[in-house]
Amino acid sequence: MLQDTAHEIERWTGVAMATAVVAYGLSRRSLPGVAIAATAAPLAYRGITGAWPGFALHGADATRVALSGDRGTHVREGIRLEVPLDVVYAFWSRLENLPRFMTHLESVTDLGNGRSHWVAQGPGMPVEWDAEIINDVPNKVIGWRSIEGSDIATAGSVHFSTARQGRSTQVLVHLRYAAPGGRAANALAYVLGRDPAHMIREDLRHVKQLLETGEIPRATKGAPA
Amino acid sequence: MKAVCYYGKGDVRVETVPDPEILNPRDAIIRVTATAICGSDLHIYGGYIPTMQKGDVLGHEFMGEVVDVGPDNHRLKIGDRVVVPFTIACGQCFFCKEQLWSLCDNSNPNAWVAEKLYGYSASGLFGYSHMYGGYAGGQAEYVRVPFADVGPLRVPDSLRDEQVLFLSDVFPTGFMAAENCQIQPGDTVAVWGCGPVGQFAIQSAFLLGAERVIAIDRFPERLALASSFSRAEVLDYSKVDVPQALRELTGGQGPDACIDAVGLESHGTTLDAWYDRAKTSMYLATDRPHALRQAINACRKGGTVSIPGVYGGWLDKFPLGAAFAKGLTLKMGQTHMHRYMPRLLEHIERGDIDPSFIITHRVGLDDAPEMYQTFREKEDSCIKVVMTPS
Repeated sequence: MLQDTAHEIERWTGVAMATAVVAYGLSRRSLPGVAIAATAAPLAYRGITGAWPGFALHGADATRVALSGDRGTHVREGIRLEVPLDVVYAFWSRLENLPRFMTHLESVTDLGNGRSHWVAQGPGMPVEWDAEIINDVPNKVIGWRSIEGSDIATAGSVHFSTARQGRSTQVLVHLRYAAPGGRAANALAYVLGRDPAHMIREDLRHVKQLLETGEIPRATKGAPA
Repeated sequence: MKAVCYYGKGDVRVETVPDPEILNPRDAIIRVTATAICGSDLHIYGGYIPTMQKGDVLGHEFMGEVVDVGPDNHRLKIGDRVVVPFTIACGQCFFCKEQLWSLCDNSNPNAWVAEKLYGYSASGLFGYSHMYGGYAGGQAEYVRVPFADVGPLRVPDSLRDEQVLFLSDVFPTGFMAAENCQIQPGDTVAVWGCGPVGQFAIQSAFLLGAERVIAIDRFPERLALASSFSRAEVLDYSKVDVPQALRELTGGQGPDACIDAVGLESHGTTLDAWYDRAKTSMYLATDRPHALRQAINACRKGGTVSIPGVYGGWLDKFPLGAAFAKGLTLKMGQTHMHRYMPRLLEHIERGDIDPSFIITHRVGLDDAPEMYQTFREKEDSCIKVVMTPS
């Protein structure tokens, strides 16, 4: 009840802010002014409909619903490697390789037909979920989402491209995740830490270290940072 | 094994710690035969370097014998005699490929800490805080060397430890400082600080074709060494007005290049130096850049200021306006060790230079606590301490 009221306030605050920004932008009677007004439009849309434009009302499957609107956490991080594009893609597309640099993962098992089983170390017990590859363009992109019924909703993509006239490879990760349930949500928060962007950044650093040098540097025994 | 460990500001102890082990495939373990205390170790000793922890093994200038190698290290063999660069570099990242070895992207496991402070992280360093990787240092009987198929340089038996030990840091650091000056024949180079890096910068400036080098310090033995060993002209800043003297010595034009081999703990007798002291003592500033300010102001128009001295934080009253007005070039950073070591070894082999000229104290590892004190206070005419662990 209280939450609903809060949502109402949030929505109408959004509309009010958006209206103010649109009014300000248009009052400048200039191209930048129009641009400012335009950027406020999604905010107004969300205020009125309750969802960000583009994510609203698409399909009915669990993952998409769980991650729609402003639900879930979004992370975007990238890294550049001095390793050929096809090598990076080939390494990444073998899902069993992922735990070698994603330190919070225990294992990823390829179940065939684009499906995979993921196990991460949670507080006292492992957290598990299944995912399916929904997009795989060799040397360009791998996209996945969790399968309906999983405790954890996650979707994401890894984009591969070249830089510096083809001498370097760039990897861009776009990850969204949410944990609808209480216990699973806590476990997920533990697994990913307080700052998921930090975790992803470190994972990307590790894959770069592994592919460039063959090892992940460490100053002491035990798992790398 | 025995190792020199950090326990806090002004507190260094020799402790028994576990022997290092091979942790990664390209590692090597070195039995240390000679190790030195660096001026930058005094920054740690003085409490200026953040992210040091109690018990950290100190030391980044060391050499010795390879006693173990990892399974993927195909370059070193047990028994090899090597000097180890203080910066750790992987050899395969963008920066290593560009010869910017001290900016290696992969060797610092705690890069994210440095990134919070500096935007991006430089390479990992031996015995120089957790922000730089938390690697145990070489003031110990043994040390683990990561990426040991890239860094360590084999040295011939014909050269003594004392002749090659300083390839681990101060000789290449002084050399890069001079190389950064882009010296042209006939140039005059002024060097602030006549510690080991300053001495090697003076030597290297002459090696690279400088006509005159003017050395600035206040300790008679350091000025004497610069004058006698390297034929530098010397200025005692406690006795003369340095900017005035530099103008006179250069016909009013100023030195073509200035080297700040002092760094963040600069002393001085002028107003700004006391201001720095007051601010840093109240934690209102992190560094005391007196020498750097003077170097920037003294440098001729269009000249180069080269900074091998270490800085760590945010500088106060930094005269960027003067640097801009005079169109100066500023060059700085940790030494790209791997770029210089083979070439400087050749100079030593040819007899162009015997780096052992800076050594004033030769002791065992147990004397480290006393020597840190002696070196910091520059007691007993101390310029360079070399320790033999066994």
